[in-house]
Amino acid sequence: MAQSRHAVEKEQSTKITALVVDDNRINRTIHRRLLSNLGIENEVVGSGKEAVDAHCSGKKFDLILMDMEMPIMNGIEATRKLREMGNRSMIAGVSSRSMEEDIQEFIEAGLDDYQEKPLTMSKLISLIRKISLNG
Amino acid sequence: MNQMALAALKTQLKNFVQSMFDEGVLDSQFSQIQALQDSSNPNFVDEVITLFCTDAERIITELNKYLGYQSVDFSKLDTYVHQLKGSSSSIGAHRLKLACVNLRQASDDRSKEGCVRALNSITREYCLLRSKFQTLIQLERSIIALETNR
Repeated sequence: MAQSRHAVEKEQSTKITALVVDDNRINRTIHRRLLSNLGIENEVVGSGKEAVDAHCSGKKFDLILMDMEMPIMNGIEATRKLREMGNRSMIAGVSSRSMEEDIQEFIEAGLDDYQEKPLTMSKLISLIRKISLNG
Repeated sequence: MNQMALAALKTQLKNFVQSMFDEGVLDSQFSQIQALQDSSNPNFVDEVITLFCTDAERIITELNKYLGYQSVDFSKLDTYVHQLKGSSSSIGAHRLKLACVNLRQASDDRSKEGCVRALNSITREYCLLRSKFQTLIQLERSIIALETNR
């Protein structure tokens, strides 16, 4: 019997680790659950500063889902900082900001991908495929 | 007997959610949330709705506070409405999200009167949504209780 698409993705994504960076706890809860459903180990933080701190403490992630608008340090600053520090994770911006110049600035800060919120299973699967192809 | 009651409740829940889609209260994002609920996490929908309502009420209180000041800090207003719009979008609260877009527009236009009107609309939409979510959660809990007893 053919494996379902979801099961195949789950098999491919096992061993991938992810960090969710979002100040909104509903998004954190949903993103976490989406990742867990694909068998992806994940952690969550509530600001760009905490994502930078996680990197400084030696934690490594294959995927970082980065929100744009956050207190203390926003996603653009955090992405720039992470790249300056040599972070090579796939960083995907996930935001509901629709201003083209904001998105452009976010991408130029060092994003590998940008997804408009809300993040769905199919959007996440497309990100995982990119990691699998690059890995 | 339990089996029949369970089937009836599931149909009732399905029809209730469909009516919320038909009224534009919810959009397809809510189906994504429902799809994330399974036997390993049977309370996921309940958990997300509860989080959403707690946050929405806190934000609406803040919006009322900032709009009550003589001189409105539109950037603060913008930050809060952005949060509520994001949460609404993530849970699929379509009409509430549209009401947030209107408040954002009024805030961009620096129109206090427009902001007050938009906030009234947000409050109305939120109250309607909360009442429907309460019904939905009751149905969800009844289904889980019957499934647990099977």
